[in-house]
Amino acid sequence: MSEQKNGEVRIGVYVCHCGANIADTVDVKAVAEYAATLPGVVIARDYKYMCSDPGQELIQEDIHNLSINRVVVAACSPTLHENTFRGAAERAGLNPFFVQMVNIREHDSWVHSDREAATEKAKDLVRAAVRRVYFHKPLEKRRVPIHSEVLVVGGGIAGIHAALTVANSGKRVYLVEREPTIGGHMAQYDKTFPTLDCAACILTPKMSAVKAHPNITLWTYSEVVSVDGSVGDYKVVVRRKPRYVREDLCVGCLQCIDTCVFKEPKFDDEFNLGLSKRKPIYIPFPQATPKVVVVDPEACIQLKTGKCKKSCLEACVERGAIDFEQKETYEEIHVGSIIIATGFQTFDPRRLPQYGYGRYPNVYTTLEVERLVNASGPTGGQVVTRDGRIPKSVGIILCVGSRDENTNRWCSRVCCMTSLKLAHLIKEHTGAEVFIFYIDMRAAGKGYEEFYQRVLNEGVHFVRGRVAEITDWALDPSEEGKLVARVEDTNTGFVRRIPLDMVVLAVGLEPQPDALNVQRLFGIGCSLDGFFLEKHPKLAPAPTYTDGIFIAGVCHGPKDIPDTVMQAGYAAAEAIALADTGYFELEPNTAYVVEEECSGCKSCIPLCPYQAITFNEEKKKAFINEVLCKGCGTCVAACPSGSIKQNLFEDEEIFSEIEGVLAYAQ
Amino acid sequence: MEEKLAATDKLSTSKDWEPLIVAFFCNWCTYTAADLAGVSRMGYDPNVRVIRVMCSGRVDPQFVLDAFAHGADGVLIGGCHPGDCHYVEGNYKTLRRYLLLKRLLRELGIEEGRLRLEWIAASEGEKVSKTINEMVEQVRALGPLRLTRKFKEWDAELATLEVEAQREEVAVHV
Repeated sequence: MSEQKNGEVRIGVYVCHCGANIADTVDVKAVAEYAATLPGVVIARDYKYMCSDPGQELIQEDIHNLSINRVVVAACSPTLHENTFRGAAERAGLNPFFVQMVNIREHDSWVHSDREAATEKAKDLVRAAVRRVYFHKPLEKRRVPIHSEVLVVGGGIAGIHAALTVANSGKRVYLVEREPTIGGHMAQYDKTFPTLDCAACILTPKMSAVKAHPNITLWTYSEVVSVDGSVGDYKVVVRRKPRYVREDLCVGCLQCIDTCVFKEPKFDDEFNLGLSKRKPIYIPFPQATPKVVVVDPEACIQLKTGKCKKSCLEACVERGAIDFEQKETYEEIHVGSIIIATGFQTFDPRRLPQYGYGRYPNVYTTLEVERLVNASGPTGGQVVTRDGRIPKSVGIILCVGSRDENTNRWCSRVCCMTSLKLAHLIKEHTGAEVFIFYIDMRAAGKGYEEFYQRVLNEGVHFVRGRVAEITDWALDPSEEGKLVARVEDTNTGFVRRIPLDMVVLAVGLEPQPDALNVQRLFGIGCSLDGFFLEKHPKLAPAPTYTDGIFIAGVCHGPKDIPDTVMQAGYAAAEAIALADTGYFELEPNTAYVVEEECSGCKSCIPLCPYQAITFNEEKKKAFINEVLCKGCGTCVAACPSGSIKQNLFEDEEIFSEIEGVLAYAQ
Repeated sequence: MEEKLAATDKLSTSKDWEPLIVAFFCNWCTYTAADLAGVSRMGYDPNVRVIRVMCSGRVDPQFVLDAFAHGADGVLIGGCHPGDCHYVEGNYKTLRRYLLLKRLLRELGIEEGRLRLEWIAASEGEKVSKTINEMVEQVRALGPLRLTRKFKEWDAELATLEVEAQREEVAVHV
């Protein structure tokens, strides 16, 4: 080991029991005793909970009393507690970067059962850290300034709530939504469980507030196309698709729709899930925000052929809001942080042909029934089948596409309550007999169990069993002209045939079809099922691994409206806190060039994705701009003369770590 | 030579020997995945020692050679999936280096199976445990590398050759 510039190295090793989490599998005492024999180690202790206050004080006292100047903590993952122990060292007056963590929990005790092997492994890892920490240098954290502007992607209830919260704190917000209106799925719901308050009545005031807020720039019918930069300064390019209607001129009088050459609506209305029709020029729903019409280029005769009477133009001649020449535009913005709230899609039940969706007209999804029961929906709130009958018996099938190895493994969390709500509403609207086919009822939420009891008392029939098939094959006269649910009632053990007029499939929640693109665009993580990954499942469920990017709502995983709003508020709070701090502390792990040793070969320059390396023509040496360097170390590994170094990951440090874990193999 | 091979065979079947694998995991994907494997208690063979780097692009080929030279039987490099690199494209650079390194190792007589590069995303805890178990099995089948021992043998061999060469030289001159 080479001598240190900063005097004698005095290492303290602290081995954590983590209660029984580590101590049950690793002989922590033996590890500490072993550590004490290693060169440079002055003290080695084991303690029940190193991360606790007394645990940290132990380290601080040793720094004071024993002049410890290097700290090795063998405990959990550095991603969890590195900052804790760095903080402890700092409070005791030691540079925080003299601390090295050894992961003997996630990487050892939790994955191994052989106590002897796990203890040996812990010793190896500790030895490596002891050798490594010898070469640590005092470093300083870098600070980057934070732009106070926040970008919110997605205008559902999560995006709306996050945008309003940030805007109310006085910060500028850009809300980008790809549909022509904000509101998302919540705008399609009729009532919300368990309080049965009207979804529109609580949502639309918030939508108007977004539009009216002086701090919010609302861009609907727009998509983020590129994201550059990093925490504090993200450069984002947004594509604004042409609506063929000028947003600044349209007042939402809707006369253009009346005068359109299509006398009758002809095209599937997306908002009503195709249960009604719209014209080529339309407004998604009456409370759409902004209240601006939009032209569907796939349907408009003028845009398709250029040969229309353009009666819409005539209707709007005074305002001149309709503009068939409109082209897409690009806006570039700089923001400090980003909240992603891109939502979900519902499971397509065509993937489960046994339920007959798409084959039998009277099989619906929960979302479609939401539109049916809605007073402003396609039937004016009448629950009628596609053949115009008021159903006398309705069956609701739970877990469609959820909790199934063949489709989606997860529980979609909202379907039980949605189904209970719809059971209640259908009964209220039609007086029909309602059957709920369930595997489990999951009504965990404030007031949810009570609502379940209420629906039970209303006489809804609960049949426990996964429905095998929906068929229209009548076996006796009572089944003629009806759909029949074939199901084993697992409470009684009988296979039943239940004739129904209407079948409702409680479809689960899935990631958006383009979630993977969004994930790549923003450089965040995705779990295997395609929902975005949070930084920590318990303690950081809105931040992501990418600093300055937060997630909220169902794009993170299935959740109901209250949970969505809570997470959106939390994401907003994180973004506000970040903006108010004014700066963000970065790890000092940047690379630097030792000028005397640089041969000027330039091989490092094209390797840097951030253009942080430039060539000084006068000196004929490479130079790394510390501000631009993100600290990956790719150039360090490539430098043929070994003249590029990386803070925290110096060659000496890594080589000694490698040799440390292998010492016994020699 | 025959004797030496026999000795190596004996070593590889010796009961005391357990393969030792050094793993270089990138901080953002594979290290996090290994943490997830831990949190989810997805057990795997205890023969691996993980060294954290910020990006798999930081893995200098010298690290791999150093690990082998100091007694590792296998080296595993874990990075983000192509397109998902936290540093845009560090993992592509790793891939290039890995392919070159494989050639070099072949020249040195180190079997292909002793070096492995795997793309493991932060969510793929299961893949961490599967990859490690697979690799331990693979390296176990290859037997111990014992490069440190080989170095000593080679040194000794060189020394004898040198002595012989000197002797021959002397003979020629005489």
